[in-house]
Amino acid sequence: MSAQERRIIYAHIGQPGYTTDIDCYLRHGGYETLKKAFAMPPQAVCDEVKTSGLRGRGGAGFPTGVKWSFLDRKSGKPVYLVVNADESEPGTYKDRQIIYNDPHQIVEGTLITAYAIQAKQAFIYIRGEFQHGAKLLEKAIAEAKAHHFCGNNILGSDYSVEIIVHRGGGCYVCGEETGLIESLEGKRGYPRIKPPYFPAVLGLYNCPTIVNNAETMAQVKHIIAMGGAEFAKIGVPGDRGTHIWGVSGLVKRPGLYEIEAGKATFGQLLYDFCGGPLDGRTFKAIIPGGSSTKILKFGDRFKGKLPSGEEFDWALEDIPLDANSIMACGTGLGTGGTIVLDDSVEMIQALANLNAFYAHETCGQCTPCREGSLWLSRITKRIAAGGGREEDVPMLKDIADQVAGRTICAHGEAVAWPVQSAVPKFREEYLESVRRRNKGEPSPYALKLI
Amino acid sequence: MTSKLKPETLAKADEIIALYPERRSATLPLLHLAQEDHGWICHEIIEWVAEKVGTTPMEVLGVATFYPMFHRQPIGKRHIRVCRTLSCALRGAYHTMEALEKEFGIQRGETAADGSVSLEFVECIASCGTGPVVHVDHELHEEITPERVKELADNIRATLSDPEYGKKEFVPGTAAWKG
Repeated sequence: MSAQERRIIYAHIGQPGYTTDIDCYLRHGGYETLKKAFAMPPQAVCDEVKTSGLRGRGGAGFPTGVKWSFLDRKSGKPVYLVVNADESEPGTYKDRQIIYNDPHQIVEGTLITAYAIQAKQAFIYIRGEFQHGAKLLEKAIAEAKAHHFCGNNILGSDYSVEIIVHRGGGCYVCGEETGLIESLEGKRGYPRIKPPYFPAVLGLYNCPTIVNNAETMAQVKHIIAMGGAEFAKIGVPGDRGTHIWGVSGLVKRPGLYEIEAGKATFGQLLYDFCGGPLDGRTFKAIIPGGSSTKILKFGDRFKGKLPSGEEFDWALEDIPLDANSIMACGTGLGTGGTIVLDDSVEMIQALANLNAFYAHETCGQCTPCREGSLWLSRITKRIAAGGGREEDVPMLKDIADQVAGRTICAHGEAVAWPVQSAVPKFREEYLESVRRRNKGEPSPYALKLI
Repeated sequence: MTSKLKPETLAKADEIIALYPERRSATLPLLHLAQEDHGWICHEIIEWVAEKVGTTPMEVLGVATFYPMFHRQPIGKRHIRVCRTLSCALRGAYHTMEALEKEFGIQRGETAADGSVSLEFVECIASCGTGPVVHVDHELHEEITPERVKELADNIRATLSDPEYGKKEFVPGTAAWKG
């Protein structure tokens, strides 16, 4: 049976006549869930989210309800909610569609979450390049205020909250939650060290803070609408709800496909939804969940044991699209932004492209990340330019091994994982790229990636 | 105070600062606001922001140089930013850039001698399924393959003499709406 989309978050996106104004949103049942949430005690809203089993949609996949339960309530300090709409992970473009086509869904989810955690103030930190997206969100918030869904005494209750839309300045590392907090405080986006700076304890202005992804806010709305127990029937154990797969790169139909967790495979995603490879090409590899996740190679077998104890032996095409299955194959679901590479791609150039990204985006605080990302970028660029040496290939892996695990934030892993995963899988091709250039032979690859 | 900014910009700055629990949080919004007015972040603006948000010019300078969206020198009348990260590169972004360089007779990272356009590569701008993407000021142009560069370049040149540029109502689905 061919796999189907299950559109919950994207239910109205792309529908003819669906607009971003509040009248349209209200006609489609908008803000009814907010009313339902406000009829419940805040803790009951938190409990529903915990029951739902929702994992955050920002890439790390941490259970949202559990994150909320970490809030330090004893300090007596105000609680802040920060919605992370800094969508910057290469290959990821799912939040953009909600912001630009259905901004009220994010606003309603944000208000429900703010009420649940009793936030004093909410922020939506949106990437600076989403200039019009920020305006659409501001307009949505103003409309919500005019309807008493936001602002003072929401729906006649004694709960009040404002939402500020805050634009970033084009920095990848500000998508990291503590870097984002520093940025929101008006500083350079230097991620903070944990401990002690766990946001739920010492976050924005050193107050307890929840940072959640923008899509997570939309998911929360649907959890409250249908109830946590009902939501927990969607998907598979350990990964509930739908995932929005954003496929980019070399497939016939790149695009966004919302699929129930675990109810389709990478094969179905790439062939049924995306129409397979471009004419005359064959698939070579995918980066499954945004550029920081480890690369998977077509033709490899994936064997192991799932958390349930079940043993598996899969081709890449057989891997089910849920967090646990993908993790068991040595990589991650991440943001669901799948980048597809085919036989027209010279892998050393693809790696040089990503290395250049991480070198550009390192904040520079931690020496292993600052120096490591730079040298990885220089070496892969040098190979691509024809000045490479065979010993460069193992050296790449050596450098990456000295970055991962040795930095304040996960940018270190993001620098290292593409290299650590790709070098063993494509070593022969990399060496061939070095040799061919040294001999002055023409390249069979016309596509330039660096 | 600064003479570099319009009175309405200065008034807007006070509104923005009042939104935040701590005024230093207004640093990025004020830098955006000033850049939209003045075009780039000069030292006088750095000092003005510092005074407004209650910090030192050094701290604001650190911020302005940390975030790639802020310009420390004047840029062209139109700012062309081509995404070069993997998803767009796989769809031909490097070839698109080469075609743009030819069209405008400048290299990436340069501004045309007549100040008409600045051209640069940027990192992922989250429109990976419609690559290669090109930001022209507030507009997002999708699927700009090398073959479509001529058309885009002609459109950019045409806007240079359009007094209504950027002032029209945005229509859903267009490059201005998506930008």
